[in-house]
Amino acid sequence: MIVAQQLTKRYGEKTAVDRLDFTVKPGTVTGFLGPNGAGKSTTMRMIVGLDSASSGSVTVNGRRYAEHSAPLQEVGALLEAKSIHPGRSAFNHLNSLALTHGIPRRRVEEVIELTGLQSVARKRAGAFSLGMGQRLGIAAALLGDPATVMLDEPVNGLDPEGVLWIRNLLTGLAAEGRTVFVSSHLMSEMALTADHLIVVGRGRLLADTTVKDLIRQSGGDTVKVASSDPARLREVLAGPGVEITGRSGSEELEVTGLAARTIGLKAAEHSIALFELSTKGVSLEQAFMELTRDDVEYHGSTTVPTAHHAEAVEPVGSAV
Amino acid sequence: MSTVTATTAGPTTGPTTGRPAYRVTMGRVVKAEWAKFWSLRSSWITLGVAVVFLLAFGLIRDWRYTVMMNAGHVHDPEVLDANAVGLSLFGLNFGQLAVGVLGVLVTAGEYSTGMIRSTLAAVPRRLPVLWSKALIFGAVAFLLGIVGAFTAFGIGTGILSGSKAALGFGAPGVLRSLIMAGAYLALIGICAVALGSLLRSVAGGIAVLMGTLLLVPGLMELFPTSWQNNVSQYLPSHAGDSMYALHQDVHTLSATSGLLVLAAWTALALAGAAYRLVRSDA
Repeated sequence: MIVAQQLTKRYGEKTAVDRLDFTVKPGTVTGFLGPNGAGKSTTMRMIVGLDSASSGSVTVNGRRYAEHSAPLQEVGALLEAKSIHPGRSAFNHLNSLALTHGIPRRRVEEVIELTGLQSVARKRAGAFSLGMGQRLGIAAALLGDPATVMLDEPVNGLDPEGVLWIRNLLTGLAAEGRTVFVSSHLMSEMALTADHLIVVGRGRLLADTTVKDLIRQSGGDTVKVASSDPARLREVLAGPGVEITGRSGSEELEVTGLAARTIGLKAAEHSIALFELSTKGVSLEQAFMELTRDDVEYHGSTTVPTAHHAEAVEPVGSAV
Repeated sequence: MSTVTATTAGPTTGPTTGRPAYRVTMGRVVKAEWAKFWSLRSSWITLGVAVVFLLAFGLIRDWRYTVMMNAGHVHDPEVLDANAVGLSLFGLNFGQLAVGVLGVLVTAGEYSTGMIRSTLAAVPRRLPVLWSKALIFGAVAFLLGIVGAFTAFGIGTGILSGSKAALGFGAPGVLRSLIMAGAYLALIGICAVALGSLLRSVAGGIAVLMGTLLLVPGLMELFPTSWQNNVSQYLPSHAGDSMYALHQDVHTLSATSGLLVLAAWTALALAGAAYRLVRSDA
């Protein structure tokens, strides 16, 4: 459980994190999403006490991180891939961290096995590939068998196999009842792993919501339906919470608030022939861009508006 | 992916009963730092270099002395004032550079590589890390200095035997000088650890340390003589020299005062390092 209250970080004039309030709950994967430079990494560094908050506070399992007697048992964090000394072997790196807490050597071997590093554990970590380095960082995060696991951009630069491994790991950890907090600037990745989303832009909280709600808020699931009698279909489908749009003279309608299945059944009930019935899901990527557009444009990016107009180029590589 | 054992079954957070009770203690941080120090090749190499410097340059100096003696340069001041301690410990001037570089690497190296983030995430109270590093490296440098000084002097007496400079381990002040050589290296090492932590830069730490030890004494010559006489003796390098010199000149501190002055400089550097470590973001 991570609780941030009015969490703020200022660097001189610049405010990197601006009065963030959020709670990360156990048992689910919470995605921490925002364009590059939104303050995600700074927030995570404040959670484990590497940076101090300018004002406000953030606690982990009820206390500030530094106040725990065994911090690695509370939060396991993967911050940046290069939080190692390249001259030290993976085993020695993990062992030195374990020694500070009295974590037994057996546990060090366990996380090495869990992350699949057995064959390279005695090699210099500086010679590791990006994927291996990421696995070592995750091994370090899991070392203390922590109740909360926090990973900053864990899939960055990984091959598809590595991405899949991380995805399964995250859902597995959450299923065990742990708090899992993962940052990313890739909405498409979060859509596959996260249940809950905390979206930030320019240090401010933009949304604290579920994946489903975010999609619904930003246009929702629209169903495109073409029929022989659009005017009558309109009357049949009309109801509270249902929105129907369509050009006059066209046989196509766009319906939000009703599932394709319901529309099909109602049309059959009233003997209206349908020529087309398809769910046009707003991609999570689009919803995300919609949400963060203002905050990205502030940085003078020119690529975003283009990507925004392009219909659901999925999965879009990056927000910036 | 469920290899992480079933210790946190159910949606519970925080310290749950049944989980192993880990705890960060000062002793454990020392153990961890000890393991970190010896698991880097650079530690072994630099310590090896320090030993070579310490022994080789002292012995070369001993040998040069006997050559000059035999050639009849008896009135050369270099020969006249020489004693076995001064000659054999000549290598200390070079050994201290290797020790200083390694001391800076112990702390600043963590910042240049990013290791510091892992270190401070494991020990978020931070200060135990600095104290452990200073303690371990001070002890290693002390032992290195003691072993190096006794070996250099032991072999040196063999080379110098029969000459005017020859001294035995039993001669007055010899044991004190040799032990002080170890203490000197320990304090220089701790200074280096502190400077590395304070400046967070390998290059910066080494530059400041070398500047203090090698350049500042030279700069003193720009000042009036009376200043030099009163101030120079309190510089880290000169105070250090007084610690292990067999005979003190005028305008130099006694061995004990030298030790105290250098210890005060070291404490100052450590205080600065501790302040920055606690106050600034890592």
